[in-house]
Amino acid sequence: MSGFDKVVDSYEEALAGLDNNMTVLAGGFGLCGIPEGCIAQIKRMGVRGLTVVSNNCGVDGFGLGVLLEDKQISKMVSSYVGENALFEKQMMEGELEVELTPQGTLAEKLRAGGAGIPAFYTATGFGTPIGEGKESRQFDGRDYILEESITGDFAIVKGWKADRYGNVIYRHTAQNFNPMVATAGKITVVEVEEIVEPGELDPSQIQTPGIYVNRVVLGNFEKRIEQRTVRQADA
Amino acid sequence: MALSREQMAQRVARELKDGYYVNLGIGIPTLVANYVPDGIEVMLQSENGLLGMGQFPTEDEVDADMINAGKQTVTAITGASIFSSADSFAMIRGGHVDLTVLGAFEVDTQGNIASWMVPGKLIKGMGGAMDLVAGADNIIVTMTHASKHGESKLLSECSLPLTGAGCIKRVLTDLAFIEIKEGKFWLLERAPGVSVEEIVEKTAGEIVVPEHVPEMAF
Repeated sequence: MSGFDKVVDSYEEALAGLDNNMTVLAGGFGLCGIPEGCIAQIKRMGVRGLTVVSNNCGVDGFGLGVLLEDKQISKMVSSYVGENALFEKQMMEGELEVELTPQGTLAEKLRAGGAGIPAFYTATGFGTPIGEGKESRQFDGRDYILEESITGDFAIVKGWKADRYGNVIYRHTAQNFNPMVATAGKITVVEVEEIVEPGELDPSQIQTPGIYVNRVVLGNFEKRIEQRTVRQADA
Repeated sequence: MALSREQMAQRVARELKDGYYVNLGIGIPTLVANYVPDGIEVMLQSENGLLGMGQFPTEDEVDADMINAGKQTVTAITGASIFSSADSFAMIRGGHVDLTVLGAFEVDTQGNIASWMVPGKLIKGMGGAMDLVAGADNIIVTMTHASKHGESKLLSECSLPLTGAGCIKRVLTDLAFIEIKEGKFWLLERAPGVSVEEIVEKTAGEIVVPEHVPEMAF
């Protein structure tokens, strides 16, 4: 690696330095836009005691769900979980701690974390169990709670295309949490479907500028669909 | 007779106005999209980051990178936009969405809503519901008036943990269309053939009944 060239040749290199008890931020919504290759590499590495921040936790046998198989995750920070039986079991048996966070608050915690803002006020969750024990304050007659931002040791991101400098674009709704996650990792790893040369992506179309990105790796993606829903083609 | 799910969706759809940006929750709210009145254009927001959600794809159009907030494969309409989750909730929290329709377990006369958690049962999470109810000024809750066991879901105080406090102003049940203001339910309309007495009997919180309660027509 030299200069601004962020490309690494393997997932092994991409996740070098990941250790037990670290916090990993992962992009994706359901199984859409998830960093499949990084997740598989974390499984191979066998690191344990991870805190994983991700909107969801995959399904049995796919996505982040595979990290439950060897009990590598000790805490999940998510807005919606339990699409997998193993998750339910580990949560019920107290092996897996879950911090449920409203989806918009989770997105903003990551955005703020990457932007150097330690906390912010939001109306979301005031007067609910989520607001209990949190500082609250009124602005213009309305109640808000103080939510702290999130950063992580590693951020794992799924992009569509990146150039060698780590400038990234996303495809369709596979964008979701990925751009915020990309800003909030001490080490941000982006896996993509295609790596291009600097200059090939239109600078004004770049969604994650390379300054946030430490490593870029080329992946192969299964892109499993959670709810395949179709209509009949018009006759 | 109590409204069917489709009739509930149809009634909610009459509240749509031309040019509305609308977020529809899972279940009955999703069906509202099937009853957009003629001559009205609305754009559907899906909180995973899509404004201008279209139909489900044909088999040939299925794309794993195009899903809705229910994780179903979808398409985008002409003129749609796609953005990050932070932008999506900026729209929602910032009050830019004109109408939000979502389901609930309970609502009460203070405008509180409980929709995400039943203690003792598996808790899957609130997803975007807390942000949606906190951010939207114009919300319609759709739910059955009473539980399967006949217990009212329109209460003087929600018994379940809240999704949001003081944020609900309108509820459409299978029996009635109800407004919440001044700490009371106000009966606006009744389902065809459903008596005011039945609605009052099945409403646990205080309900104000005007002299004439129009009957919904379909």
